[in-house]
Amino acid sequence: MTMTMIFGIPIQALLGQLLVGLINGSFYAMLSLGLAIIFGLLRIINFAHGAQYMLGAFAGYLLLSYLGVGFWAALILAPLIVGLLGIVIERLALSRLYGIDPLYGLLFTFGLALVLEGVFRYYYGVSGNPYAVPPLLAGGTNLGFMFLPNYRAFVVIASLVVCLGTWLAIEKTKFGSYLRAATENPSLVQAFGVNVPLLLTLTYGLGSALAGLAGILAAPVYQVSPLMGSNLIIVVFAVVVVGGMGSILGAIVTGYMLGLAEGLTKVFYPEASNIVIFVIMAIVLLVRPAGLFGKDA
Amino acid sequence: MAEMTESNARKAASVRVEWILIALAIIGLAAAPFFIYPLFIMKMLCFALFASAFNLLIGYTGLLSFGHAAFFGGAAYFTAHAMKVWGWPPEAGILLGVLGAALLGAVMGFFAIRRQGIYFAMITLALSQMFFFFCLQAEFTNGEDGIQGVPRGTLFGLFNLHEPLAIYYFVLAIFLLGVAAIWRIVNSPFGMILRSIRENENRAISLGYSVANYKLAAFVMSAALAGLAGALKAIVFQFATLTDVAWQMSGEVILMTLLGGIGTMIGPIVGAGLVVALQNTLATSDFPVTIATGLIFMACVLVFRRGIVGEIYAWLARRQKSNGRS
Repeated sequence: MTMTMIFGIPIQALLGQLLVGLINGSFYAMLSLGLAIIFGLLRIINFAHGAQYMLGAFAGYLLLSYLGVGFWAALILAPLIVGLLGIVIERLALSRLYGIDPLYGLLFTFGLALVLEGVFRYYYGVSGNPYAVPPLLAGGTNLGFMFLPNYRAFVVIASLVVCLGTWLAIEKTKFGSYLRAATENPSLVQAFGVNVPLLLTLTYGLGSALAGLAGILAAPVYQVSPLMGSNLIIVVFAVVVVGGMGSILGAIVTGYMLGLAEGLTKVFYPEASNIVIFVIMAIVLLVRPAGLFGKDA
Repeated sequence: MAEMTESNARKAASVRVEWILIALAIIGLAAAPFFIYPLFIMKMLCFALFASAFNLLIGYTGLLSFGHAAFFGGAAYFTAHAMKVWGWPPEAGILLGVLGAALLGAVMGFFAIRRQGIYFAMITLALSQMFFFFCLQAEFTNGEDGIQGVPRGTLFGLFNLHEPLAIYYFVLAIFLLGVAAIWRIVNSPFGMILRSIRENENRAISLGYSVANYKLAAFVMSAALAGLAGALKAIVFQFATLTDVAWQMSGEVILMTLLGGIGTMIGPIVGAGLVVALQNTLATSDFPVTIATGLIFMACVLVFRRGIVGEIYAWLARRQKSNGRS
């Protein structure tokens, strides 16, 4: 078989890394989407987002190892569990932090993330636990120019569906219109008889559930480990700075773009692959401080 | 009129009380190594200086940096490398650490001040994570091993810092100088402008202050002082590792300041002392430090946002007010 080369790089290697980039980008997109939705309404940066992602993966892992619940059921249950937990947290704690400096929300959720990670580290150690790919999606497809693992293709499609579905739900449904209206002017929406506190609770639940869903989807790709979310969330913060949190679609597009950029860097200059997103962030700050899709400065 | 002189007299009295308390605290610290394990107090002093430097930014300028570990840990690396590999004396090693941290602060600050509030926090976090990856891959940091066995050297060619008392009083002197410098900055006209930025940034702009320059200056000063603390830590413990540049360290210094009281001079020092003491206690137990740290964070934000010292001040103010009325 002859190797096709692009810029002196075998095309298989290039496409392989682009696929890895697309997978990572799928998770960046889902997580920054959740962050943007929560921030839009609650004005809180959810530092616990990475921990909730980890929680989603662990929910799947624990459901399987203790109750024998498989991947497909966990795909529904894990986001539900994480979302419900989010609702409890919002009711008990976050709801007391509205109207004060948003930095306190960041600090509270940072503490929450430390507790969640600490608890799982205490019981499960730092090493990763493997989570098997569901049998239906085991194996891969030979595309002729590269071998595509089925599960990874599924992750990319699932993430696209989730992101576009969420975006459509916010743009086209009644709940979405309340959400957008409350983002613009909560007191006016409340005056129209919409239960804004409930809307805030549901929004945080939804955002948390998105993180949980990303987590269970990530479980078969990466290992399930207590620290899987903490390093990821910092990258996602950079993604959010690049995209600007003003636009839901912007958050999604930026997530995929930066994932691909990271994949490309792995091919051409691997040493820089774990900092490339931060470098892009710095450049965007120089050129367009409000972010690529941001409205606010 | 009479009321005013009375309240002025009370104010003067409370200032006198403050000075007496500070003098007592310094005497206590000077005597401490004869009663308490000196390394433990030195650790407290290093972190107290670190938290005070951090507080200069959050407490007096209103900027939450989530990346101060880069300055603390970066300076620790620079100082450790200069002293171990180049054989520099401690005073030169510390100077290099401080200058390096200031330079890092200038670069990070340049990018971070382009956004405000929550974005500022996220940008500093991301940039310090970038610096973490740099330290992970750079040659001179020795990756996971860090720089071990740093010699403490001889200060000004006179004091052998391997002597337990010499190193202790050296650390105490630097700590006092550092805190005095912060106090001086905060209570200068420059510090007043920083406070006006914290209170109302747009107003400060409309008054004609170039807010961006002031923010950057505050950021660099805070970074340099955090670097001083990091350099000191490298000399005391004779090593510099990745722990010092990791994001958890940035979280720790936020916790110390928040717990003690953001925007008070003494708060960060008290907070640092408590957090270091807690870590030492938990180190011998089974209970994970991160869980304790996280719980204190949540409790602080929910229950006493002013911190311990801030709450005491608020209580004193309330009492004084009700006394004045009766």
